[in-house]
Amino acid sequence: MSASLPPFEDIVTAHGPTVLRLCRAVLGPMDAEDAWSETFLAALRAYPTLRPGSNVKAWLITIAHRKAIDQTRARARRPLLVDSLPELPAPSKNDQWDGDLWAAMQALPFKQRVAVAYHYVAGMPYADVAALTGGSQDAARRAAADGIATLRKTYGEEGTR
Amino acid sequence: MNIHDPREPNRSDVFVTLPTIDEQRIEEETTRRLHDRLVREAQAAGLLDVAYRTIDSPVGPLLLAATAKGLVRVAYRCEGHEQVLERLARDLSPRILHAPARLDAAAKAIDEYFAGLRQRFDLPVDLSLARGFRRLVLTRLRAIGYGQTESYAAIAAAAGNPKAVRAVGTACATNPVPVVVPCHRVVRSDGSIGQYVGGIDAKRALLTMEGAA
Repeated sequence: MSASLPPFEDIVTAHGPTVLRLCRAVLGPMDAEDAWSETFLAALRAYPTLRPGSNVKAWLITIAHRKAIDQTRARARRPLLVDSLPELPAPSKNDQWDGDLWAAMQALPFKQRVAVAYHYVAGMPYADVAALTGGSQDAARRAAADGIATLRKTYGEEGTR
Repeated sequence: MNIHDPREPNRSDVFVTLPTIDEQRIEEETTRRLHDRLVREAQAAGLLDVAYRTIDSPVGPLLLAATAKGLVRVAYRCEGHEQVLERLARDLSPRILHAPARLDAAAKAIDEYFAGLRQRFDLPVDLSLARGFRRLVLTRLRAIGYGQTESYAAIAAAAGNPKAVRAVGTACATNPVPVVVPCHRVVRSDGSIGQYVGGIDAKRALLTMEGAA
């Protein structure tokens, strides 16, 4: 039994919330649910080929990272149609983080944003963050530190509750 | 909204504690919504290999699992639903999701059976978990009518191998789709009830309900 994969439902239950928090941290609440859905659909497709005993969380985060890059590129290409957004249920209120913090996160450069998200939200060591984003472990550490420093300035002062 | 209600003097305190409960509820709703969407998209993409749900019944909670071909598994609680799902992942596909809606028809038919409103199941059944002689036996079982019983020996003879009485017993004991494939209607030649995958009490309950015992 130990040499076989658990039902995918178990994977969704165990890692769904972490991946959602990550997607929110990297993409903001508006695009997070699309990224989550694409991540888990892609994971479901590839799941039978995953080696039993693999680090499932790291595997999911790798997929989520690719989806985040796709979404970020797509977002850069499309004009921001602010007027069409409010039809969605206001997801910023759904976050465990303050909405201002999400906004502050979105203002960070992509590299800093993912470093902060993967290290501080998903609890990944810098070596793993670097493996995912490319570059050295030190660069990942610096990106996260720069990101946090900016967040302290943009969010910390006004946003303290 | 800002008018202070004197009947609720601690209203502002309440608001301090409320958001965590509320946030938790909203997070649960989000999780459910995302799960529903995953099921929908997985099914549309042909990636939902096994769907499952549980239902309550007079013989305890039943796990129902279906492939695209039909109902592939009905499991009693005593079989251990988690272990059953793990074996389905190993034997069929690990692409398994909790998808109650895909088992609505099966759940409804089984509910009707237990309510005494249905005497035969015309659900599509997927017997891919049973092979060879066992599968042949299960196919014959579907011909035993509501409220009737057959002996293991008679089934062995009908399946073309009169000596395979024990093998018929094994086929019944490992029936992946009990209740719907009525292995509970197979009893010993001396009239005693014999074994059952869901326990002898469940077998007796089904036969009593059908008026066969």
